[in-house]
Formats: sequence, structure tokens, C-alpha cells
Amino acid sequence: MKRRSLFLNISAGLGFLFLYAPIIALVIYSFNASKLVTVWGGWSLKWYAELFRNDQIIDAALLSFKIAFITATLAVVLGTMAGFVLSRFGPFRGKMILSGWISAPLVMPEVITGLSLLLLFVAMEAAFGWPAGRGTGTIIIAHTTFCMAYVAVIVQARLSSMDESLEEAAMDLGAKPSSLFFLVTLPLISPAIISGWLLSFTLSLDDLVIASFVSGPGNSTLPMVIFSKVRLGVTPEVNALATLMILVVALGVIGAMYQMRRQARLLAQPDN
Amino acid sequence: MSASKIAWINDSYAKMTRYNFFRRVNWGRFSVVSVPYLWLAIFFFIPFVVVFKISLSEAAIAVPPYTPILDWNLEEAYVTLKISLSNYLFLLEDDFYLSAYLSSIKVAAISTFFTLLVAFPIAYLMARTEGSTRALLLALVILPFWTSFLLRVYAWMGLLKKNGLINETLMSLGLIDQPLIMMQTDFAVYIGIVYTYLPFMVLPLYSALEKMDMTLLEAAEDLGARPYQSFFLITLPLAMPGVIAGCLLVFIPAVGEFVIPALLGGSDTLMIGRVLWDEFFLNRDWPMASGVAVVMLIILVLPIMLIRNSQGKEGAA
Repeated sequence: MKRRSLFLNISAGLGFLFLYAPIIALVIYSFNASKLVTVWGGWSLKWYAELFRNDQIIDAALLSFKIAFITATLAVVLGTMAGFVLSRFGPFRGKMILSGWISAPLVMPEVITGLSLLLLFVAMEAAFGWPAGRGTGTIIIAHTTFCMAYVAVIVQARLSSMDESLEEAAMDLGAKPSSLFFLVTLPLISPAIISGWLLSFTLSLDDLVIASFVSGPGNSTLPMVIFSKVRLGVTPEVNALATLMILVVALGVIGAMYQMRRQARLLAQPDN
Repeated sequence: MSASKIAWINDSYAKMTRYNFFRRVNWGRFSVVSVPYLWLAIFFFIPFVVVFKISLSEAAIAVPPYTPILDWNLEEAYVTLKISLSNYLFLLEDDFYLSAYLSSIKVAAISTFFTLLVAFPIAYLMARTEGSTRALLLALVILPFWTSFLLRVYAWMGLLKKNGLINETLMSLGLIDQPLIMMQTDFAVYIGIVYTYLPFMVLPLYSALEKMDMTLLEAAEDLGARPYQSFFLITLPLAMPGVIAGCLLVFIPAVGEFVIPALLGGSDTLMIGRVLWDEFFLNRDWPMASGVAVVMLIILVLPIMLIRNSQGKEGAA
């Protein structure tokens, strides 16, 4: 037993090293003073200064944040509805189809989703004149469609693991379905909704392929700008940008986990 | 509260099964169901119909750049229906597309296998630890998933290139005389896929291994099984649902992957996602790109159905 657990620890440790070494190397090299990305020229913040002087990157980042914010909000509303319907409505006609449509975008290759949505937008424009041209609006619709699937899955998982006695009690006390949902169910699934919103935000902020298909001229999102830069090779500015994004995400995730653990402890107390 | 009202509540409560509190409100119910339904019908299902339709037309110099399938003129009273299979015939005839499909499947399968190899020890360790250590390991697995996919692929460019960190380190240690060529090879693509899809493999494996009864292993040991025997005879079969789900979650998107072969692969790394991208953005041949997409979907329908089934079983359990 002893020997195997050593083997297990070493192989899992190598797995974690594999997960984190590239990120750590990227962060360290973002502070490199040298223009040659591989030669260490001492610590420096100059690529961060350079980054904030680059209007193309700043504009693209602002556009991406705007799209991600609207996408996450829409995806949370639609995804919560879908997840709720699938786990609390019992059987209804077309339930299988809905659950298929919800889970398929999670694994669908992005090139297919991007191409099919673009062709839809073009066909719709030819038929009804809407959407007139492509840009921010079409990117938001495309992102909402795949993000709502993630939200629905998270909400569904939360609902199915949740004790229904509180909802039953509210029903017994005569709550209307709408007040039952907004006063009882929604507060109970709020952690799932928050993580669904955050996940949608990061997924939208990160998407390159779908946005490239459905965006119009002059609507370059941040991943599109990064891709066109790094396609030619490693650039120190992108290292700096990556470090900032990783920092924000890491702080957000650690904060959310701390909050969730505190909440779990508060909820666990009355039982003990 | 009046007796009749109580009777009504009791009656309606009795009619309700465990899962359908919201059954009796038909109008509210209908509208709550129909909003996500309509959204997905318009922006998820109909697009596939459109792709299929356009794959049957031909490229043309027009806006949009394809020939209409259905053409009508009410004044002269004619309707023409023109379906072209030329895109599909071309897909079959030209070896380029066939080898692109085959090599995508090969690259995805090999990467899926290595993802499983890397993920298994991590998931197993997580399942065997407890409490805060387990929560920490879980967080460490999930954290990279939240950071940008594009930037995680990019991070490997700095490590793998000719004068990158790995080559510099190996050369300074004296292990190699000249730099290894790793960038723009299939090897780099495997690394990229294993790296970015690792959480998708670890999480289903972990949820399968977590349910495993560890006393089974003790029993096997008492009965004289060697560790590798109990691994292949007990652990692996019990982890099978997680193995299957994880492999499908990695394999399906990896077949159509674009970013990883575009950034890490060489010009000879043929993958169908990249072919589709080039047909669309470089050749501007929308019908051909649609044909490529339709055939890719047909290849992936079976694994997608499999994953739906495995999820359904898990939900029922």
C-alpha cells in the first residue's frame, strides 16, 4: 500500500506541475526587461506600461467586457429558466428535446457553432432585414446561446442536490408559484446563479472562434486582437496582459471559494 | 381558512408528485418553458438547418456568396429548386478532406488517451484525500479552467519553441546539445489538447472514484491481489462511467479544435476545424465550409448521443 501511495503522490504531483508550470513561467516572463522573450534581462514593469499605452488592446478589452457583461446577464436569466424547467417541472412534451439542446452546445466544436450562427444571421438579414449587419449584438446572441447551456447545467445540478422540503413547506403554506420561486427557490440557488454568471462572463471574455465568425468589420474583441498578435510569435505585452487576467481570475475564484466555505460553515452550524 | 380551501389544497397536494410543484399553473408554466425553448430553437437548432441548406448550394460571387436553392418569380410563374451535391462529391473525391478528417480523429484520440493518463492519478488522489486537502486539490484543478483558454495555449508557445524555456533548461543542464524541435509539430498539439482539456477529464473521473468503496481494495489485498491486479480488476471497472464521460468530453471538442493546431501545430498538422476555418475565411467558400461542417457533425453524432446517454444514466442513479 505504502509504495503505491508514493507512486500516486508522485504522478499526481507531476500532473499538478504540468497544470501550473506554464502559467507560472508566463507570469515570471511578463516581468522580463528584455525584449527577447527568452533572455532574462532583469525585473521590469515596462511591458505593463507598454500594454496600457496600446489603444488597440484597451479598446478591444473594453468591448469584450461590455459583451461579457450583457452575455452573462442574459445567459443567467435564460439558463436559470431552462435548468429550473428541466429539474422541477416534471415530465412535459418536448422535455427530451430541450435537454438535448441544452447539453449539445457544451461539447459542440466551436467552428460548427460559429459557422452555423453566422449563416443564420446572414439568412435572417436577407429575409427580414434583421440583424442589420453584424457586430456587438450578434456576438452577444451567439455567446448567450452557449453560455446559457453552462448556466442551465449548474442550476440543474444545484436543484437536484437540494432538499425540496423548503419548497414543499412554502407550497403547504399557500405560496403562489411565482412567489415560491422568487422568495424560496431563487435565494436557495443563488450560489449556482452567481457561479453561472461568473463562468458565462469568463467564457464570453475568452471566446475567439465564435466571435470571429459572427463579428462584423471593426468589432475586434480582445481574444481576436490577442490571436492576431500571438499568431506571429510570443510577445511580452501579451505576457503582461495574460498575467493581469490570471491575477483577476485567481482573486475572483479564491474570493468566491472563501465566501462559499463561510456560507457552508454558517449553514452547517445549527446541525452540530 | 375555510374547510373547502383546506380540502382543495390537500387534494391538489396529493395529486402532485415529488417533482412537479409547478404543474397546476398552466399559463405560467407554458411561458417559462417556451422562452428558453424558443431561444434555443432559433439560435441553436435552426442554424444547423441553415448550414445543411447552404451545403447544398454552390459558391457564387454575390452577397451572400452562394447560389439560391429555391428561386421563384410570381410574374412569370416559375419556381426552381436547385440542389447541388457537388460539395459532398468534392469532399469524397479529394483526398485532402478525407485525410483531414482521419488525422483530426487520430489527433483527438491520442490526446484523449494521454489526458486520461495524466488525469487519473490526480482524480484518484483527490478521491482518496479528505476534507480541506480535497477541497484545495479540487480548487487547483478548477482554477486553470477559469483562466483564458487562449492564453493557456499561448503559455505553451513560450515553453516549447526552439529557444524556449524547455530547450534552454535542457541545454544548460547538458542533457541535449541542440534544441529539440517541439513547436509546430503534432507533439505540441497533443500537449496543448491534454493541457487545456485536463479539467474536463479529472472532474468526471473524480466523481466516479469518489463513490468507490475503498474497503473493496482492502478485501482484494487480503485475498492476495497485487496492487496492479486490484487496479485493473476493481478500480478501473468501477471508474468506467467516469472514464467514458471524460473521454467523450475531451474527444468531441478536440476533433473540431481550431485554436490549438493554429497556434501550436505546424503547416502539416491537418485538422478539420482548421480546414473549415480556411474554407470560410481564406477561400470564402461558404457552401464548402458548410459541407465540411455537416460531415463533421455526422461523425460526431454518435459520441454526442453516447454522452447524452451516460448523463441520463447518472441523473437516474
